[in-house]
Amino acid sequence: MRFVARHLLTAYATLALLYLFLPIFVVVLFSFNDVEGRFNFVWQGFTLRHWAHPFKDPALRDSMLLSLRVAAISTVIATVLGTLVAFAMTRYRFIGAPAANLLILLPLTTPEIVMGASLLTLFLTLNIATGFTTIVIAHVMFNISYVVVTVRARLRSFDWTLEEAAMDLGANEFQTFRKVTLPLIFPGILAGALLAFALSLDDFVITLFNSGQEVTFPLYVWGAARTAAPPQINVIGSMILLVAIGGIILSFLLQRRRV
Amino acid sequence: MTIGRLRPLLPYILLAPGVAWLAVFFVVPMYTLARQSLNDGTLETGFRFAWEWANYSDVVDRYQEQFIRSFRYAATATVLAFIIGYPLAYAIAFRGGRMKSYLLFLVVLPFFTTYLIRTLAWQTILSDQGDVLTTLRDIGVMDITDSLGISQNGRVLATPTAVVMAITYNFLPFMVLPCYVSLERIDRRLIEAAHDLYGGPVRAFLRVVFPLSLPGVFAGSLLTFIPAVGDFINAEILGGPKTQMIGNVIQSRFLEVNDYPGAAALSFILMAAILVAVLVYARLLGTEELA
Repeated sequence: MRFVARHLLTAYATLALLYLFLPIFVVVLFSFNDVEGRFNFVWQGFTLRHWAHPFKDPALRDSMLLSLRVAAISTVIATVLGTLVAFAMTRYRFIGAPAANLLILLPLTTPEIVMGASLLTLFLTLNIATGFTTIVIAHVMFNISYVVVTVRARLRSFDWTLEEAAMDLGANEFQTFRKVTLPLIFPGILAGALLAFALSLDDFVITLFNSGQEVTFPLYVWGAARTAAPPQINVIGSMILLVAIGGIILSFLLQRRRV
Repeated sequence: MTIGRLRPLLPYILLAPGVAWLAVFFVVPMYTLARQSLNDGTLETGFRFAWEWANYSDVVDRYQEQFIRSFRYAATATVLAFIIGYPLAYAIAFRGGRMKSYLLFLVVLPFFTTYLIRTLAWQTILSDQGDVLTTLRDIGVMDITDSLGISQNGRVLATPTAVVMAITYNFLPFMVLPCYVSLERIDRRLIEAAHDLYGGPVRAFLRVVFPLSLPGVFAGSLLTFIPAVGDFINAEILGGPKTQMIGNVIQSRFLEVNDYPGAAALSFILMAAILVAVLVYARLLGTEELA
């Protein structure tokens, strides 16, 4: 009986993982589809030509470049702001901490469409034209909370007596932060930054509301999906996946070396 | 460099930039959205603030159907995500051994491709001329699913099945990860004690493991349900006119019809409805203190 239960669970979990990977398999497979006509729905044969020319459509290339620019800028801003907030909230006790905590958690529990729509009403009210700057503002807004939560998780296990030790040894506050605290919490900050970067690159809903005439990569895919999605989209999707796999393998290796 | 006199202010100085950003670009927009929802007028005549509460009753009357549908789809997707995700989280937490972190990596890996691309992949899989449906049709499976109401006239696209399934898929990690975290945290000695006390693995699970993992189930359900209710991408790409959710309505009222007051009113009703649903759910699960 227990033997059956054990293997039943393993089989079920394997099926669940297969379900998770089915669309990914399709994304990669159809990036090699020798497609004729407008729709990339039916397998028609193997080709490498989409991989040879992933940016055949200049609009696709421009959208990817824009997305990378938005992601880079918004990640830097959100990571700095979020890390400072996380630091304040774990290192110090102060009046208003619960309110600050609530403010951090609210964006995580608000539907994206409401955040996108509300931000647009602000820009409309202030007569601010939407475009590159408003996209960056929006991305920083939803990323701050993710950075705070990620960095805070790391800081909670941080041994603050190390700071005291550094100061006993003669370091001032600034030196202590730079030479002791920062190196130790850096993995947490890096994790927060990577998460922010990935979320920014992937965001569609909030960007749709605040992009004006600008077209980020997800917006390009959205537009293409309504007419005919070129197989190059699958190539870019597979590339993003490869970069993510590479990054995660690297972090596994680094972790192993440290331990 | 002395920070001495500033020390009591230090936490506020550190908080200030981040909190200010959220105040200006998250809290203030909620206020402008609230004001917008009470405006009257159109884009042509200009909007004027007029305490126009009728905006709310109008959109409730017109879009009741989409509201109810959104909550039904999101609730179904959350239950399905639990049915698929909980055993997966359990298997990783208790049977993962040294492979745990690799297995978790496998769970999140698919979500590194862009949301829209993943959803388009489902469109490919479920498309009418696609290999999957053609095969299922040939061996007669589609007749069975048709009669069960899972598919319609041999089609899956444009049916609730496609939309709910894709929503389940897209938010599955939000269910798996919190469930995993709370299962992983359970003290293994408690489970041994449960086996000693109750004997059977089923009763040990129901009386000890499952109750101890409820915080994870609670968090996972909310993290799945809340984005699912407001979602419109799945319904837009995989659905049809009869599977429109409230997100589709807000999106089109706002960006296509430019009915800002209507869309704003819909947004607030959506948030209020989600809040009520969450509170009821917290009551039912008896985990209010966790919320």
